[in-house]
Amino acid sequence: MSEVIVETRDLSIRFGGVLAVNNVNFSLRAREMRCLIGPNGAGKSTFFKCLTVQHKINSSNGYVFIDGHDVTGWQPYEIVQLGVGIKTQVPSVMNGLTVWENLWLSARRIHGKQGASAEVDRVITELGLQSHLRRVVGELAHGQRQIVEIGLVLCQRPKLVLLDEPAAGITGAEADRLVELIKGINHFVRMLGGAVTVLHQGAILVEGEADAVMSNEKVREVYIGNRAK
Amino acid sequence: MIGDSANFSSAGRTQWGWIAVAVFILLILPAAFDTSTATLLAIWALFALSLGLMWGYAGILSFGHAAYFGLGAYTYAITSMNMGESTAAWILAIILPAFVAALMGSMMFYGRISDVYMGVISLVFSLILAKFMGATAGEAYQIGGTRLGGFNGIPAFPIINLPGDPSVPIFGTAFYYLVIFCLIFCYLISRWILSSAFGRILLGIRENEARIELLGYDAAAYKTGIFSISAAMAGMAGCLYASWAEIVTPALFGLGQSVEVIIWVIAGGLGTLMGPVIGAGLLGSLKLLLGSQTYIDNSLVIGTILVLVVLILPRGLLPTLMGWRRQSEQRSVRRAGNKSMRRRKSSAHSQK
Repeated sequence: MSEVIVETRDLSIRFGGVLAVNNVNFSLRAREMRCLIGPNGAGKSTFFKCLTVQHKINSSNGYVFIDGHDVTGWQPYEIVQLGVGIKTQVPSVMNGLTVWENLWLSARRIHGKQGASAEVDRVITELGLQSHLRRVVGELAHGQRQIVEIGLVLCQRPKLVLLDEPAAGITGAEADRLVELIKGINHFVRMLGGAVTVLHQGAILVEGEADAVMSNEKVREVYIGNRAK
Repeated sequence: MIGDSANFSSAGRTQWGWIAVAVFILLILPAAFDTSTATLLAIWALFALSLGLMWGYAGILSFGHAAYFGLGAYTYAITSMNMGESTAAWILAIILPAFVAALMGSMMFYGRISDVYMGVISLVFSLILAKFMGATAGEAYQIGGTRLGGFNGIPAFPIINLPGDPSVPIFGTAFYYLVIFCLIFCYLISRWILSSAFGRILLGIRENEARIELLGYDAAAYKTGIFSISAAMAGMAGCLYASWAEIVTPALFGLGQSVEVIIWVIAGGLGTLMGPVIGAGLLGSLKLLLGSQTYIDNSLVIGTILVLVVLILPRGLLPTLMGWRRQSEQRSVRRAGNKSMRRRKSSAHSQK
């Protein structure tokens, strides 16, 4: 069994009277690919922001461990330095800089002055961004900016990749390409039976293989309502 | 593989041809104009460059940048008066503002306060210094043997001399060339910073600080670093100003000084290094010209100019001129392309 790379213990986040994340105990192993799904307002993004410490957590909220480190009170850059690549829900890119410049800034920290340019060239080829190399990212379409942000993650060769709604607002063809890219991030990814975690009202509803989860009555009720019965 | 300096064009490039022209103009300026005025304009240009570097490339606006200009001037005055010569005073006048800015910057940036509060804190800091220095008239307020002098400031301290030799003061045209050397030196240092990884990360912070953190960079450390470098340059400008004016007063920390430098940077062009220098030169000259007349208030004219620049040239003078130049180049390239296409068509037609 591979080591646990992400773990939350009794994680709870409250916004006023709303319990956005409700006592979540979650774990993810190395080389595991996991989908976190749930209806609108289920608490997915809040949970994601807790993992990436974009939402500050303290010991009263529970604990988040990344690669064995308790990251309570950490800054996002410290999480990334552990080897975590983060893609946010809305493309977070440097709009005023070109595609090449965005990727170079990502590659520079890991690959140094000598290796950064070569790494950027590799990722640009992999993502098929050659024709956009010198274009300012702010001028690109939403889907292309999503791809550039995936490129920012790839340039760092992370050991853990956290993607928040990577396919939001992109076309079907772009989504297919994105899936291939995500699968290609780690050639040793094993799907562990296509594991899925379903969040509902801030708490884990069901965890398991994709097919089993999708045919689960509770899940169908959450997504479709009583008609599922 | 593609070279990284060729691809990272957003940081700008050192235009050696234009620098040579600028240096030539600066060197022959004393022959055409009053040296003292040209020196003052060059000092203001250095002060504007210090803010332009930090604001234009890292997106950090200090509403109270005069604090570091004033600190440099006062540090120079106090140290040179105590030591009887300028070498140590000159060095301290650069180091102390940089140190204070590092302290202030680390508190603000690691405190994760928003840009608006950062602007307010920097403004309040400079106003506190102005107020404090204005209230130091009593005998209790002296450092070494130097009284701070309250509202009247500190007069009659030694001017800059040849390093290690107080018997050779630098003044007049020699002092002008020293100021020009400092301006060019700081410009080249700024260019070097922008072409380094540090400078490029600053550009990233300006564009999207949250993303830079998500790439694993400690944005607060980088911001503190450039704030400190900028303050060191402002301190150097303050030190030169003190030696030029031969008196330092609390007005150096004042709101007027802070606002003026912001206007120079906006008018000259934010996001360029030459823009703030040109803005300080032009608007500084105008200020000096207006200072000799009594018909209209100086600040009214400068304020009107700011409004007009923001409305007509929102990017500032230099970026607008550069944009026009780029457009005309593109037009001429298009025209040349159309001509050659017509020529090819007509030759193909005649062959038929």
